[in-house]
Amino acid sequence: MNEAFDPTVVDGILGIYRHDPSAVISILQDIQDHYKYLPKEIFAQVSKATGLSQSRIFSVATFYENFSLEPKGKYVIKVCDGTACHVRKSIPILNRMKKELKLLENEHTTEDLLFTVETVSCLGACGLAPVITVNDKVYPAVTPDSSAQLLAELKEVEANA
Amino acid sequence: METKEFMIIDGIPVEIEGEKNLLQMIRKAGIELPTFCYHSELSIYGACRMCIIEDSKGNLDAACSAQPWPGMEIRTNTQRLRKYRKMILELLLSNHCRDCTICERNGNCKLQDLAKRFNVDAVRFPNTATEPVRDTSSHCITKDQSKCILCGDCVRMCDEVQKVGAIDFAWRGSNMTISTAFDEPLAESNCVGCGQCAAVCPTGALVIKKDTEQLWKELDDENVKVTVQIAPAVRVALGKQFGFAEGENAMGKIVAALRRLGFDEIFDTSTGADLTVLEEAKELLDRLESDAANSGFPLFTSCCPAWVTYCEKNYPELMPHVSTCRSPMQMLASVVKERFASSTRKVIHVAIMPCTAKKYECKRKEFEVDGVPRVDYVITTQGLIQMIRESGLVFEELEPEAVDSPFGIRTGAGVIFGVSGGVTEAVLRRISSDKSAIGLHTIALQGVRGMKGVKEAKVKVGDRELRIAVVSGLGNVRDLIERIKAGEQFDFVECMACPGGCVSGAGQPYVPESEVDARGKGLYAADKMCSFKRSEENPLAMPLYNGLLKGRVHELLHVHYSGSEKEE
Repeated sequence: MNEAFDPTVVDGILGIYRHDPSAVISILQDIQDHYKYLPKEIFAQVSKATGLSQSRIFSVATFYENFSLEPKGKYVIKVCDGTACHVRKSIPILNRMKKELKLLENEHTTEDLLFTVETVSCLGACGLAPVITVNDKVYPAVTPDSSAQLLAELKEVEANA
Repeated sequence: METKEFMIIDGIPVEIEGEKNLLQMIRKAGIELPTFCYHSELSIYGACRMCIIEDSKGNLDAACSAQPWPGMEIRTNTQRLRKYRKMILELLLSNHCRDCTICERNGNCKLQDLAKRFNVDAVRFPNTATEPVRDTSSHCITKDQSKCILCGDCVRMCDEVQKVGAIDFAWRGSNMTISTAFDEPLAESNCVGCGQCAAVCPTGALVIKKDTEQLWKELDDENVKVTVQIAPAVRVALGKQFGFAEGENAMGKIVAALRRLGFDEIFDTSTGADLTVLEEAKELLDRLESDAANSGFPLFTSCCPAWVTYCEKNYPELMPHVSTCRSPMQMLASVVKERFASSTRKVIHVAIMPCTAKKYECKRKEFEVDGVPRVDYVITTQGLIQMIRESGLVFEELEPEAVDSPFGIRTGAGVIFGVSGGVTEAVLRRISSDKSAIGLHTIALQGVRGMKGVKEAKVKVGDRELRIAVVSGLGNVRDLIERIKAGEQFDFVECMACPGGCVSGAGQPYVPESEVDARGKGLYAADKMCSFKRSEENPLAMPLYNGLLKGRVHELLHVHYSGSEKEE
């Protein structure tokens, strides 16, 4: 996400919500939809428009797991770790993918900003457990091996792009 | 006929007289229910659960957030409640540093107090306290996250009363902390150093910076001449700690104590305030005379450093409206340092202040001369109390002494600077053409006195009616500025960052808002005892303006903050 910060994007979003401070979650969600994360630059702008302090917006952004202050990869992979997926061995899938991508314990995104791997609490597709999604496309009944293969395929697509 | 309504607290009927919550009812009934997160001037948070009560059905509820109703029956001290309160304390202590003896707040900590009160003699959970997580970036406040109990008092003070919003909760669950945006150091955030967060902090998580250790060294050094000034608000807040009534003027004893501590020359900041009145009144009159288009109005006062910082950070476009006058502390410091410039000993100037933001002000580059600050140390009222205790002086028994000449000569106008409305009243005394005693009373009755956050008055000066606003508490300041931006007209606006003015400064021993009034009254009483009421009557003024200040008024008494776009 080396996209130069463009304040008009955030201005547009703020306009939709009429600078309403009570809509701060929606505003942050829309901004995150655009950037895939919440760039630091947006805080001053949202603060000025809504009248909320930057610390309050930071509070909201850090409270919800869904908001990210770190840039995310081109492919955001969510490994479901809801109860059903967990008992059908979702953690080995997560570990395998992190190993394949050489991610350390507290790392979620590869240095080349290609992949982000994170867990999510139940995608609501328990019949397909264990489930992962890649940029919101659902992959059912995943195994550690099939997840590694999927990564290899995605890497190849990128190499040929 | 109105019928009275009652509820039953611990078996005793108590009349309901419009109390907003059970806690107020219970305290009215003479029961001191414990709380961490309840402050009457802040919104109700209901987080600490220490004020839980039990109703007749055995339901538990937090008294701070429950409403009383007629016929309600509650108990405040049952076996179950005592057990729960104790458990809450144990849980708070389970991840809290327990090195009380080396904590800044030792002896003045709510957590320590309540642990003692509820007889917590052991904590059944393993101690998971972390090492100190300190932010020492600010000149005014030190934050140690490891001592935070997440009561949120500081957050609500900063956001609701001061409307600064420098800190808030961040992260979630067991990772939750109090943090600036992006966990920036306080000094780099929008914090203005008013210190009100530390004033309400129940533990040692937010404390005022102390500089007493370095000062002791200066006092011990025979090659150093230590001069000191005492701010007006200090004299009415310190005595309580030594058994005097709240608001009782302890100036004489403070002077005696300072002399015994080794200070060489002891002066009164009120003298500096007199200079401020003369300069600020002149500035106001000059603007009235020259500025027909009104573009220079309102004129904001500049005594309060937290307000000046707040303006710089939030309304830089208004900085040209802020008076160029230095604060009384800086004016007096300039004069003192000039007066002793030829001293053979190194001269150090100390200011005893009710204020935490002064610690930042004294370090501002604008007040340096050849890299040397005008004020070398700012010690808060609390800091001075600590020094007195450390020295072993029995304060109660000290014989009152007078401040030194010449910078101890002050008028009543300079003394009332320590309370919201004082600066305005002092300036009005100066510019009013009625110099009679009745004139003084008339000014006092214009509505500038009292603890209200926003006071407005219209005062006739010559043939012009001055529209005046006296505002204290930065939240009120922000609201007033928004009104001005929306088109309302004011000519003179006195801004003080702390609610009620310097008397409730964060450097003072903390008292609830309801008790601050006594300090204000103490200052008005001190004003009455002054032989001179108007700053221009100060016998020191003429010799100063004809001597030391001659041709140097602007250099020594005024300032242009470099952060602002102020033009000459």
